[in-house]
Amino acid sequence: MTTFTVAVVSAGLGQPSSTRLLADRLADATVRRAWSVGAQTSVVNIELRELAHDVTNNLLTGFPGEALREAIDVMTHADALIVVTPVFSGSYSGLFKSFFDVIDRDAIEGTPTVIAATGGSARHSLMLEYSLRPLFSYLHARVVPTAVFAATADFGSDSAGTSLGDRVDRAAGELISMLDGVPAARKVDPFDLPMSFERLLAR
Amino acid sequence: MQFGIFTVGDVTSDPTNGTMPTEAERIKAMVAIALKAEEVGLDVFATGEHHNPPFVPSSPTTMLGYIAAKTEKLILSTSTTLITTNDPVKIAEDFAMLQHLADGRVDLMMGRGNTGPVYPWFGQDITKGIELAVENYHLLHRLWREDVVDWKGNFRTALRGFTSTPRPLDGVPPFVWHGSIRSPEIAEQAAYYGDGFFANHIFWPQDHFKRLIELYRTRFEHYGHGAADQAIVGLGGQVFMRKNSQDAVKEFRPYFDNAPVYGHGPSLEEFARQTPLTVGSPAEVIERTLKFRETFGDYQRQLFLMDHAGLPLKTVLEQLDLLGEEVVPVLRREFESLRPAHVPQAPTHASLLTAAQRELVAQS
Repeated sequence: MTTFTVAVVSAGLGQPSSTRLLADRLADATVRRAWSVGAQTSVVNIELRELAHDVTNNLLTGFPGEALREAIDVMTHADALIVVTPVFSGSYSGLFKSFFDVIDRDAIEGTPTVIAATGGSARHSLMLEYSLRPLFSYLHARVVPTAVFAATADFGSDSAGTSLGDRVDRAAGELISMLDGVPAARKVDPFDLPMSFERLLAR
Repeated sequence: MQFGIFTVGDVTSDPTNGTMPTEAERIKAMVAIALKAEEVGLDVFATGEHHNPPFVPSSPTTMLGYIAAKTEKLILSTSTTLITTNDPVKIAEDFAMLQHLADGRVDLMMGRGNTGPVYPWFGQDITKGIELAVENYHLLHRLWREDVVDWKGNFRTALRGFTSTPRPLDGVPPFVWHGSIRSPEIAEQAAYYGDGFFANHIFWPQDHFKRLIELYRTRFEHYGHGAADQAIVGLGGQVFMRKNSQDAVKEFRPYFDNAPVYGHGPSLEEFARQTPLTVGSPAEVIERTLKFRETFGDYQRQLFLMDHAGLPLKTVLEQLDLLGEEVVPVLRREFESLRPAHVPQAPTHASLLTAAQRELVAQS
């Protein structure tokens, strides 16, 4: 049986946080969907709150501390990615952006990714399309078509068809179909030099 | 094994009292530090090259020429010489001239620089950093080895029938190190030519540099310059010492907390754990430095960063006394006793001259 590793990056600050709640729902749905196509999933949570100091230090020193390095390694080698941020001032939170600022530009290249966000009201939901999606396009992640926004009210909504649960499930399904049967993109090791020095010289 | 110091040449105010040295004071302080390095028995003084404030050393061979005249044994080097934005012809000329004036006590370290605008200021394209380092160094390498050079490349005017003068002292080009913080290509470049590889080492966790050095060693062997453990490796380090460990920490903390680059970031303790920075007693510095060998294998040159972040000259000179009197003699003895016979020392002008003469004899 195939096992997919799914890294879940959550930038919620509260404890408990609704951002983490949404992240957990997406992770659960992904595990279920994987199971239905005969695959196992191993979920690794990356709570940015716990890495906030490390992220700032990395911005200043240019290298990650141990815990941050571990988190980045896990994310870089994951088969799939779920990222969830709260909406701050109309966009992703500063901590969320800073985390993606300190990773290598090609760290999540080709990784199937679900983007998701939480906010006070549904009026912010399009930030997924104008803020989050372009960020992950820049990073060359393969973002699934369904982006999931959860407004506070969504956690109590039961309206059929467009409920949060449905959107979570659809995004998870898209993530798994992107993974299913597709070999994970091979990460290029920068130490495997692309060409011999003679060719570099002749270029 | 060679021991020495490398300086960035920053003008930084002393965070404990706000004193800001003038450029003149800082330049003279750098010279005083170099002279002290010779006095306390260190082997190498290396200066950085920068073209923007708050740094003073824009003209390394001018400074090193002056120091050469005032010293007898010290090897004068750089950390680094910008191979990307300097004209390789001018590097060939400047360092050959310095070599003659210093009776061969010269080597240099190539680097790409870490200040983006220097590229456009000197008419180059930063996205071509690696290509510039590769092409420029190849030209420099030829200029020192061929009396008359015909050359055409992508980044400078072509040369026809060009002779770089003065020719290297005794026909032996200065030994070259290639410094890199990040790029495997530079480790590859150092290996290709059989040059030295210097891992700055002070701003990244150790295992990153371990991979760079392993790559360099493997490729050094691949290109037929000797076994992997015979490759010429240099490492950076950063220390602050007092007889009592706690005194060192107490005195250095404000400098650390306000230092350019890493100040206002991780705590001194975190940074010391993650990088080679050692703040403590001479014994602790000895212990930590000996561990570098366990990580990277036998190596040939250890340079320490001693004079940045606004540390006053007096303090730096005291640090050099401790380094020269209590640390380096022990390290010399220990490293020497651990070094296998087939692992070479860092090349010097004398050793390169002997090797060249031996080759001549072998050919005739």
